[in-house]
Amino acid sequence: MRLNYPSSVKVIQIPCTGRVDILHLLKAIEDGADGVYVAGCLEGECHFLTGNLKAKKRVQFVKKALKEAGVEPERVEMFNLSAGEGPRFAEIAREMADRIKSLGPSPVRMKKAA
Amino acid sequence: MIVADRKPIQEILEMVKDYERVLILGCKGCVTVCNVGGDKEVGILASILKIARKKEGRPLEVHERTLERQCDPEYIDQVKDQVSQYDAVISMACGVGPQFLSEAYPQQRFYPAVNTTFFGGALGHGVWVERCAGCGTCLIHYFDGLCPIARCSKSLLHGPCGGSAKGKCEISKDVECIWDKIVRKKMEEGRIEDVTRIRPAKDWRTARDGGPRKSVREELVQ
Repeated sequence: MRLNYPSSVKVIQIPCTGRVDILHLLKAIEDGADGVYVAGCLEGECHFLTGNLKAKKRVQFVKKALKEAGVEPERVEMFNLSAGEGPRFAEIAREMADRIKSLGPSPVRMKKAA
Repeated sequence: MIVADRKPIQEILEMVKDYERVLILGCKGCVTVCNVGGDKEVGILASILKIARKKEGRPLEVHERTLERQCDPEYIDQVKDQVSQYDAVISMACGVGPQFLSEAYPQQRFYPAVNTTFFGGALGHGVWVERCAGCGTCLIHYFDGLCPIARCSKSLLHGPCGGSAKGKCEISKDVECIWDKIVRKKMEEGRIEDVTRIRPAKDWRTARDGGPRKSVREELVQ
């Protein structure tokens, strides 16, 4: 399909979003990522039954933790789409990149650089 | 197990606001089992604290370690060369941990990162319920394994009270009336006369009413 999506999005492949850990998301933010999102399968469609539902809860936990730490929770998000939805993948990447652009650089990274 | 909840991040940040280098000490005992103060949670807390302090522009150096237990001197001893290297130490153990640490290392400041809540068990993943009040005189065999001391809001020995309705306690729709369960179980098993027996007043001196408690087992004392 040769779809384009923002080059700022770095893809990290995992076997199932159930493998995504709270610490993976937190460490990304801690190390200066402006945002992190998890692209999981559609709810109810997980090959391992509940992997994406577990990821959803972990993302919620991280959002809450970031809010408590004074960082915008919108920097972390969970999306659900099927492996056959290439255009939706590109759309989500643009949606997230736009969101991060409007939020600005991570306050964690800015202070570190200063 | 002893069940606890992590304190709000803001409260922990307030504790360490004047420090630049802290150690977070987890415990592999009860708080690991109830997912609040084990290795994993130590890492999560460390990361959140670092994010919050980086955002403030005052990075916090956080080191992580998890002890086998924080309620035994032999494990507390394991950090004797380490604690003095930090401005403060945050303990993720139950309330016992920071106290044992404070007693062993009086020069260091120890802060609790969790609120110790009750003795209980897990109903499933992520749900814990109180099952024991540690009253020091166990009576559950009189009540078919259902403890009215821990599970009745009034710790009644002759319940239920007038606040019991449709199996729920008057304090909340989410709290079951344990006396409703006790009576129903006795009825089902044909032992309802058990609940009509008058029981002597409970000796609360073995509970907290008798002050801080101590248990000495002579055969083990060295």
